[in-house]
Amino acid sequence: MTTATDAPTEPPAEPVADLGPSAEGPGARVLAWLRAAGNALLIPALALITALAIGGLVIIFTTPDTLNEWSSFFADPGGALRASWDVVYQAYHALWESSLGSPRALGRTLVEATPLALTGLSVALAFRAGLFNIGAAGQLVIGATCAGWVGFTWDLPAPIHVPLAVAAGFAGGAAWGSIAGVLKARTGAHEVITTIMLNYIAYYLLNYALRSDAFQPAGRDDLISKAVRDSARLPEYSLGELTVHAGMFLAIAAAVIVWWLLERSTVGFRLKAVGANPFASRYAGMSVGAMYVLAMLLAGGLAGLGGTVNILGRPSFSLTSQYYNFLGFDGIAVALLARANPIGVLGAAFLFGVLRSGSTGMQAATSTPVDIIIVIQALIILFVAAPALVRAIYRIKAGRGTGATFTTSWGT
Amino acid sequence: MKVELRGITKRFPGVVACDGVDLSVDAGEVHALLGENGAGKSTLMNILFGLYRPDEGEILLDGEPLAAHSPADAIAAGVGMVHQHFMLVPVFTVAENVMLGVEPTGPLGQLDRAEARRRVVELSRSYGLAVDPDATVEDLPVGVQQRVEILKALYRDARCLILDEPTAVLTPTEIDELMGIIRQLAEGGRSIIFISHKLREVTAVANQITVLRGGRVVGSTTPADADEQALASMMVGREVQLVVDKAPAEPGDPVLEVEDLVVADDRGHRVVDGVSFDVRAGEILAVAGVQGNGQTELVEAICGMRVAESGTVRLAGDDVTGAGPDDLFAAGLAHVPEDRQRDGLIGTFAVSANMVLNQVRNAPFARGLRLNRKAVRQHAARLVQEFDVRTPSVDTAASTLSGGNQQKVIVAREFFHANKLLVLSQPTRGLDVGSIQYIHRQVVAKRDEGIAVLLNSSELDEVLALADRIAVIYRGRLVGVVDRGDANRELIGLLMAGAVAEAAEVEPVEEEEVTVT
Repeated sequence: MTTATDAPTEPPAEPVADLGPSAEGPGARVLAWLRAAGNALLIPALALITALAIGGLVIIFTTPDTLNEWSSFFADPGGALRASWDVVYQAYHALWESSLGSPRALGRTLVEATPLALTGLSVALAFRAGLFNIGAAGQLVIGATCAGWVGFTWDLPAPIHVPLAVAAGFAGGAAWGSIAGVLKARTGAHEVITTIMLNYIAYYLLNYALRSDAFQPAGRDDLISKAVRDSARLPEYSLGELTVHAGMFLAIAAAVIVWWLLERSTVGFRLKAVGANPFASRYAGMSVGAMYVLAMLLAGGLAGLGGTVNILGRPSFSLTSQYYNFLGFDGIAVALLARANPIGVLGAAFLFGVLRSGSTGMQAATSTPVDIIIVIQALIILFVAAPALVRAIYRIKAGRGTGATFTTSWGT
Repeated sequence: MKVELRGITKRFPGVVACDGVDLSVDAGEVHALLGENGAGKSTLMNILFGLYRPDEGEILLDGEPLAAHSPADAIAAGVGMVHQHFMLVPVFTVAENVMLGVEPTGPLGQLDRAEARRRVVELSRSYGLAVDPDATVEDLPVGVQQRVEILKALYRDARCLILDEPTAVLTPTEIDELMGIIRQLAEGGRSIIFISHKLREVTAVANQITVLRGGRVVGSTTPADADEQALASMMVGREVQLVVDKAPAEPGDPVLEVEDLVVADDRGHRVVDGVSFDVRAGEILAVAGVQGNGQTELVEAICGMRVAESGTVRLAGDDVTGAGPDDLFAAGLAHVPEDRQRDGLIGTFAVSANMVLNQVRNAPFARGLRLNRKAVRQHAARLVQEFDVRTPSVDTAASTLSGGNQQKVIVAREFFHANKLLVLSQPTRGLDVGSIQYIHRQVVAKRDEGIAVLLNSSELDEVLALADRIAVIYRGRLVGVVDRGDANRELIGLLMAGAVAEAAEVEPVEEEEVTVT
């Protein structure tokens, strides 16, 4: 299988600096890096633009007033076009305003993006090791459950309580993820099947737990847990109106660590080797099974952290039965958009955060339903997953290294 | 059918693959197209078969211009091609594979399997292509799969048959059979284009030889006018030494000792059945045998890739039976695997990364958890130079290199750290003359350093060129270990075919489990 990442060769980018007389200067190095970055960003950027354009059409044809204008198109073509433009402009303007338009909105966007970045990293890391982690959703649930339980059950001073709760969230997700890894390594069971099933088990384990006295607040019988104690809540930081919690820094740190692990460490070398060619890796003396377990353990831990920042930080401090569903699956979309590049995951998660936090404002300002945002998200992923489609639309010649269709090798 | 290619030119970005090539093949002629990898042979044939369109030039079939836009057009015009990598559906039967795409149908459009089967039987009978039409393709040996490919072309009424490196995957016996088939097809009036870089086969079967180098025709001759030496020089463009220079071996102590080794294959069949031998320091022991006689599993067991049922393997006196590849590496074993693209390389990784694939956790490439990329690159740059790997840079993805250079990457990696035992499986399969010559020299050099070399090869030429002793394996047993001085082509060939074995053996070989061919 191919690792269709932005850097197809290994080690990446930097040209032959150590090879004697032909060594190129730092200028050339920066230029090469910029070119690589530009190539990597081209398709996602075009996918975004195309998705927004199609999303605009959907907005036009789902707004009753505009549709009325169109029915009198031949009498007043200008009116129909003006009305269409207005409704699309208003919708996207509101999207912008409520996601990036003010420091407060930006803070909300960053908070939305944080768990997405962590689940995105989970999927990206597993993918680089040749595994398609559909189980980020379940790992996230288990991680949130563990972190939440530590957060509302124990009573400790904050400097101990927060790290302990975070560690519990990581450990819970890691344990859950490694089940799929062990099954794959020992029995060859396909991780796509096992992680999907483990997702169900995780959801219903949480539901079961939410009915128990250990989780349910006294005097309530709906499916909601006690709230995490103040001492376990992630500290918040404000810059004027812009407020974020520590989870954002955790996500950024996680991205840097995952990048370092994949691109600069021997562990990452072996993870990627196993992902790219398990046969040759085995011949070279690597334990393929151990790498699968390690990859799923780390991926599970990252997804667990995604749940952790969601329960220990804003917006909610209580576990509920369905809350986490979408985060895990959006992690797959984020990783795909980022082409499994850890740093790219941060950008992709931010974009999804923008769409998510902007969607409510958009609905408030216009009659455009929130669902449109889901459509746009889906279109972006569709175009990223089928780069040939974007190339055909914009008549771009297939470049070296970016030609591989990212999704074809998923799930093998 | 008379095939004429006139002034064919095909350019790819940065390279002219074919440069005004003329080729004329008469009906009933076996025309060999000879050239090293990258000489333009395959491009030329892909043009004839409609996979590429030429930038210049024309193709005439029996005087009629052919404008093939796709293989379908070419097939309709009577051109058939047997690719080096077979295009068969493994889970289909022979008859199903042959009829695929041109299925005979009944009045209601239903599949007429009986008719297809009948025509397959008829074709295979009239051309002496012994194939069971109901066998599932994946169960067939490579040589028979190739016959299925030929049948496919004949079923589509090919009057010009292109065979792209047809012998690269065949055993000596299968090659002989194929030569017979080719001659018979030509006698039937078909024109055969035979692509190869194996000189012995070319001189044996061809009526006409055209040599390509760098996309141009550099020579046109007949087997009668040119011997192998002359053809090799024409191909490479300089004088080539076909014989490997080597002094007599000076064997030392045994390095690898194998005793009563029993190994089963993936299906649980016992394919190595009580094999004992040793390889001493400073000698090359070749395990010769027709593919599928257990040598693959034997090598896998020695290299820690397969667990033996019983028996012992000792490396430099230490019992290493059941040790993993990691431990064996540490003990001084190096291994060039049989399937280089699957087992030897990670195609998407850079050349430099592939050079350290099995050493990435060792100093100086690892510093704690950190991968020392500078050390990796420097190491790779050194090996690239030392082993003459033709690559634009050490950061180039290994999959973009030619087969010969890919093999040199593996050879460089393994030869570099081999300090006791070097195991080579089909080290030159599918490589061109230049690369083969180079790798052979390196093997002999390693031997002369005092390394024990175990060579697993189904190329008789290679075995005879390199080995100091030859152990012949037949149906999982060693049927003879012969000193090179006492060996000749006929004797080894007979042993490989089991002829001498059956006469010499006291106990008859049990028939039930092991199946050959």
